[in-house]
Amino acid sequence: MNVEQFLYHEARLLDTGQLEAWLELFTDDATYWLPLERDQKDPLETSSIIHDDRTLLALRVKQARHPRAHARLPLARTVHQVGNVVVEEANDEVRVSSTLQVVEFRNEKQRLYGALVEHRLRLVNGSFKIAHKRVDLVNSEGELDGIAILF
Amino acid sequence: MAPHELERLATLVRPDRVHRSVYADPAIFDLEMERVFGRAWLVLGHESQVRAPGDYFTTRMGREPVIVIKKEDQTVGVLINRCAHRGSMVCAEGSGRLSTPGERFVCPYHGWSYDRAGILQAVPFASGYDKGKLPAGLKAVPRVKTYRGFIFASLSAQGEDLETFLGPARASFDDFVDRAPGGELEVAGGVFKHAYNGNWKLMLENHLDGAHPAWVHASSVAVARAAPEPGKPGEEHYYDIAVRQMRQNGAPDAVWEAIGMWTTPHGHGYMGDYHDDSRLVAGLGNPVFDEYRKRLIKHVGEKEADRILRVTLWNTIIYPNCSFMSQFRQLRIIHPIAVDRSVVYTYSFRMKDAPAQMFRDTVSFANVVNGTGSWVLTDDLEVYERLQRGLSSGEVDWVYIGRGHGRDVEEPNGVRRGATGTSEIFMRAQFAAWLRYLSQ
Repeated sequence: MNVEQFLYHEARLLDTGQLEAWLELFTDDATYWLPLERDQKDPLETSSIIHDDRTLLALRVKQARHPRAHARLPLARTVHQVGNVVVEEANDEVRVSSTLQVVEFRNEKQRLYGALVEHRLRLVNGSFKIAHKRVDLVNSEGELDGIAILF
Repeated sequence: MAPHELERLATLVRPDRVHRSVYADPAIFDLEMERVFGRAWLVLGHESQVRAPGDYFTTRMGREPVIVIKKEDQTVGVLINRCAHRGSMVCAEGSGRLSTPGERFVCPYHGWSYDRAGILQAVPFASGYDKGKLPAGLKAVPRVKTYRGFIFASLSAQGEDLETFLGPARASFDDFVDRAPGGELEVAGGVFKHAYNGNWKLMLENHLDGAHPAWVHASSVAVARAAPEPGKPGEEHYYDIAVRQMRQNGAPDAVWEAIGMWTTPHGHGYMGDYHDDSRLVAGLGNPVFDEYRKRLIKHVGEKEADRILRVTLWNTIIYPNCSFMSQFRQLRIIHPIAVDRSVVYTYSFRMKDAPAQMFRDTVSFANVVNGTGSWVLTDDLEVYERLQRGLSSGEVDWVYIGRGHGRDVEEPNGVRRGATGTSEIFMRAQFAAWLRYLSQ
């Protein structure tokens, strides 16, 4: 699978509710990050909308399956539209930038998100795994309703 | 207010129930903006946000857009962010600095400009006006005061002083500040701004409600319990604070019943801490906090440090616009937008002379509990929205707030304590204050 196909595949897993398969795309040492601030450098001394290691990311997937996960039951329907894919660097890891638009529908409410995305992909046994994913929402600093979907 | 209107308002609040219209009627919301948010002292922020003369940030007092600014004389001023000419906001939202006394807020529409005190300094096409008829400047909010570094203001020129308003709830601010070695706190680490389609009162009620976590947060408690174990000191993981905190929300009923729940005549309330995880409570002697304790002792001595660390408070509500807690140094300010729409700004504080890890813990805590994408907050927001939709139904009139009613305990200084930690005394106190504001 080339880089673009991989990103489309990842989006498809999210949009078809295959969250466990999506989680499997991440390496054990992966980080998953939605910064709060524009150009945020640091996830430890500044808050983030989400900043997860692999353990915490797995908890998000598990929460979505819990019978009393009020904000996630039913799970929102989404479309993740990936665009402008550029391979920025290809060494041990492949650094990829892309854009993302997400349409979310749940509880009679439709929402639209836009984001700049960075992936760091690593080849493991011939397949890409995500070592790091950063999603900078264009309205990360704005007034946001609760976010209970994954990007 | 017409006597019949007063009588009608008084029928909405009963000792153990309130009428649903207090959450759902837009006319009542307008009254609240005028009489509650237009009169009470409101928490606006902290002095660390405006250190030098000219430093400012924008915020809201109820629906009023305001600029909070440090003046020449080192006091804090609050100006209505509305040009005296045609009404445009003169300052875009955010924060910044008028770096010299000569620098101005300039209205983008016709260039009227104002100094740090809001005094009108220049008007283009000035010859078109009769001299002496021009307004003096931006309207200043009449009363501004600080308590231990926290900035308060009231839109009303008259009213009781801040210390009377805070009353016994001052102790919660004391606890917040005393815990910082040297008393030095600063806003840091970014501001979460979350919104929900629900009434502003729902958040203030929820933050003292010890009966909700087992239900609202059942899913995050369950996944945290099944998560890998947090590490011992020296072997900690990034995920530890998140997992530990989510687990604590699943404390047994007996714990929630045993924590204290206190209210004041102004509708303020504070609850005791429900945490027994020594990695989350500095006073429980976990070695991670040794260096912190040493620094606290350096400033105040061992006896006082022990006294400070023995205080076990969790959330405090300052009615009607603020919720805060000292253990992880979080402060939330609620901005009512409409009867069914609210925005909450969440601030974290750094203790300047505490070990760096403690601020990292604060950031982790903010992300897991108060973040827009949090496992915990998102379920609270979902419930607020369901409440609002349920309360919009005209078929059922009353909201029942009778847990513990009739068993409240009187304490000195007008404080009342709930018979147990899950008593709904905090709601009864909030609505008693609400009715008093609205009836004045």
